[in-house]
Amino acid sequence: MSEFFSLAGLSFLLIVGMTLGGAFIAVGARNIFHNVLGLALSLFGVAGIFLYLNSPFLAMMEILIYVGAICIAICFAIMLSEPLYRPQPPRKPIKLLGAGVGAGLVFLVLASLVRKTAWIPAASRGDDWSVATIGHYLLTKYALIFEAISLILLVAMLGAIVNAKNGRGRTES
Amino acid sequence: MYNTLQTYLFLAALLFAIGLYGVLARRSLIAVLISVELMLNAASINFMAFNRFLAPEPAVGQIITLFIMAVAAAEAAIALSIIITVYRKLKSINVEHVNELRG
Repeated sequence: MSEFFSLAGLSFLLIVGMTLGGAFIAVGARNIFHNVLGLALSLFGVAGIFLYLNSPFLAMMEILIYVGAICIAICFAIMLSEPLYRPQPPRKPIKLLGAGVGAGLVFLVLASLVRKTAWIPAASRGDDWSVATIGHYLLTKYALIFEAISLILLVAMLGAIVNAKNGRGRTES
Repeated sequence: MYNTLQTYLFLAALLFAIGLYGVLARRSLIAVLISVELMLNAASINFMAFNRFLAPEPAVGQIITLFIMAVAAAEAAIALSIIITVYRKLKSINVEHVNELRG
C-alpha cells in the first residue's frame, strides 16, 4: 500500500482521478459545454494511462485525435445547433435511477469477470515497443485492415459533407 | 502494486459504466455522442492493458487502438453531421423529439 504514496503512485492516482472525474463531468453536468470540457479532461487522463502502459506514441495520438479533433468538432456542432443556456426540463428521477441501475449492473458483471478470470500471459513475449515496428506491421501484416480503415474514413468524411450540405442547399434554392 | 492488469481493467470497466449511464440518462444527442466516446476509450484502455501485460507482440494492441481511434473519428464526423441535419429539420436535438418514424 505504501507504493501509492511514492511520486509515481501519486501521479498515477492523479491521472486516474483526472480520467474518472472528467468522465463524471462529461455525463453529469447540465451545461453541454461543460460536458465537452469534462470529456477533454478525461481524454487527457486516458493519454496519461497510455503513458503508464508503456506507449507514449499512442498517448500523443490520443491527445492529437481525440482532444484535438473530436472535441473541437463537437464544439462546432454545439455552436451550430442549440443555444447553450436554454433551460431543459429535468428528467424523471425514476428514469435516471433506471439508467444508474443498468450501468451499475454492467459494471458489477465486468468487475466480477475481471476478478474471477485467471489471466495468463503469453508464453513468449516480445519487447519491441518502437514506433518503427508499428509502421512496419501497418504496411505488411495489417495492410488490408489499414486500407479498409482508410476507406471507412474517406466514405465517412464524404457522407458527413453531403449530409450536412443537403439541408442548406434545399433551403436556399 | 498499482501497476497490475486488474487495476487497468477495473478502471476501464468503470469508465465504460459511466459512459453507458450517460447514453441511457442524457437526452441531448451531443451528450449521447460524448458518452459513446467515453465507452470507446474504455475499450482502448482494455486493449492497451492486455497488450502491456499479456500479449505476445506489443505492437499489435497499439495498432488495434489506432484503428479504434480512426473508427471513432469517422463515427464522430457522421454523428455530428446527422445531429446538425436533425437540428435544421426539427429545431431540437432532444432524442425524445426525434420520433418521426414512429407508427
